[in-house]
Amino acid sequence: MSTNGALLSLEGVSKSFGPVQALSDVDFEVAPGEVVALVGDNGAGKSTLVKAIAGIHAIDDGRILFEGNPVRIASPPDATRLGIATVYQDLALCDNLDVVENLFLGREELASGPAGVVRQLDETDMEQQSHELLDTLAVTITDVRAEVGTMSGGQRQQVAIARSLLGEPKVVLLDEPTAALGVRQTAMVLNLVKRLRERGLGVVVISHNLADVFEVADRIYVLRLGREAGDYDAKETTHEEIVGAITGATGADKAAPATGGEA
Amino acid sequence: MSTPAATAEEVEAQGGLRPAEFLRRFARGDLAEVRVILALALIWLIFQLQEDRFLTATNLTNLVLQITAVGLISVGVVMVLLLGEIDLSVGAVSGLGAGVMAVLAVKHGWHPYLAIAAGILAGTGIGLIQGALFTRFGIPSFVVTLAGLLAWQGVLLKVLGDTGTVNINESKITGLTGTFYSDTVGWIIAFVCIGAFALVSLGGRRRRQKAGLSAPPMAAVLTRIAIVGVAIAAAVAVLNSARGVPLAALILVGFVIAFQYVTTRTRFGRHIYAVGGNAEAARRAGIKVNRIRIVVFAIASSMAAIGGIMAASRLLAVNQSSGGSDLLLLAIAGPVIAGTSLFGGRGTVWSALLGALVIGSISNGMDLLALESSVKFMVTGGVLLAAVIVDALARQQRQAAGRV
Repeated sequence: MSTNGALLSLEGVSKSFGPVQALSDVDFEVAPGEVVALVGDNGAGKSTLVKAIAGIHAIDDGRILFEGNPVRIASPPDATRLGIATVYQDLALCDNLDVVENLFLGREELASGPAGVVRQLDETDMEQQSHELLDTLAVTITDVRAEVGTMSGGQRQQVAIARSLLGEPKVVLLDEPTAALGVRQTAMVLNLVKRLRERGLGVVVISHNLADVFEVADRIYVLRLGREAGDYDAKETTHEEIVGAITGATGADKAAPATGGEA
Repeated sequence: MSTPAATAEEVEAQGGLRPAEFLRRFARGDLAEVRVILALALIWLIFQLQEDRFLTATNLTNLVLQITAVGLISVGVVMVLLLGEIDLSVGAVSGLGAGVMAVLAVKHGWHPYLAIAAGILAGTGIGLIQGALFTRFGIPSFVVTLAGLLAWQGVLLKVLGDTGTVNINESKITGLTGTFYSDTVGWIIAFVCIGAFALVSLGGRRRRQKAGLSAPPMAAVLTRIAIVGVAIAAAVAVLNSARGVPLAALILVGFVIAFQYVTTRTRFGRHIYAVGGNAEAARRAGIKVNRIRIVVFAIASSMAAIGGIMAASRLLAVNQSSGGSDLLLLAIAGPVIAGTSLFGGRGTVWSALLGALVIGSISNGMDLLALESSVKFMVTGGVLLAAVIVDALARQQRQAAGRV
């Protein structure tokens, strides 16, 4: 794997939980303006890989390069500082707060001037920024002061993704962004993913849904039993080939033998 | 999480407050404060029809003095409820805070203000301890504070000593509930309050307009100011026609406004709602969840002590039953009746004031009718149960509509 141009690259990364080898010798990379889909069966190591990048699991072996420089990602704040944002499957939104409040949760802006002395929040500025952010992402939410709990799954997912962008990340990790969404809602979220690519972000999407994967991904990276089971250009591969790599029916470059691991 | 039903919900969430929409949300329990004001009006009407001394200036002044202590305690309770926790020790802590103050002022000759500060700080310390136990060991807050309820009652007995009662005749302490302002001062206060509310409302609207955000129509803002203005003016007029505006009322309303500000306009307040709504999301957003919890428990116990001190000032004594009886339940029931959810993340500090008014009115009215304690307890219990059922139904409605 070359590191020229890659935003984030993992080289020979391994991670085990006790006797279970979750990742073994994985090479993975994502370039700016590229959407990489991370696919694999349950227990293939997708979540472990994303959690390793997000700083939730420290890696046992191998190295991580960010913009060509070796980095240590030992905790979620480490990842955030580098510019890696993660949107988890369970959304992590507060249903009782509105869109603006959720977008700025944990990074609220204080008013300047006399109102700042009494630590007042700058609601108008945050609301303006929310409109701008949602507009540039073409997310249609009419009332940014509506509680997130009143919104559809697709809108909530879009809010969660938009929220990750406020920290101006360079890489965005999306864990099952279209799970449990209807057709129209899925389309909204996939459009948003495309817009992240247009903004020059490196996007890593975990998904079980191959239709969604072929819809947005530039590259499809298959994990099987904790090992790389193929790295395909989305335009030159087929549904069948990917399914084969996921299940182990067709071997790819570094596919593990069927007796590989147990994770 | 629903998908097909979502469109209707979206439309509704984004629509304005049309009359039909208003009625639907009202029935669903979203507009808790309007509901409770109507309930209060109904309660007043019923008692007035039964006993025409109820809506007199003298009795309404009494009502204000009666609800001060429980209202102040409820302010702290609201903060804890917003977190989705509960504090069962507030009654006992109110007694202990008052006990500490009384003993220091009367038996040890401390300056009354120092004694008051010490009483409040005792509350703060207790809250820090309870909050730390809750967060450090992950014990459910109701267990920690239930242990506190017993322990602090014991400490109160110890502090009061052999006599079991400390009488207070220090004017600076009794003056907390015994001070009434002249008509002129009352009107100045009313004028300042109305003016401040108008400035804040209009200023907020102008700021939004300048920023190019949707602003409420001018007529709506002016109507709101008019309603609040009339309410404040009416309250001052009524109080003036009896003994004048009591200092106790200003202390209660002052704390309510201060904590309403803290919860809705500051980062700390925003984080309280976030923790109550989804603690895991709050943690992932970088909020120090446990620190928020400990501070809120400290606030709740401090407010309890302040309420206890006001109660002692009115009773002119602290005794072994201070902070006991039904005080705890009333302080929790009030905000819940007025729409603060027991499930966390929903409610306002205003509900402490509104709830205290509702419960206080019921109690005051039944006293005027000379009903027995047995009836009073049963009625108050029934009202609390009804309020909690409304809260639970509202939550079920939200869940059925795909909202958690």
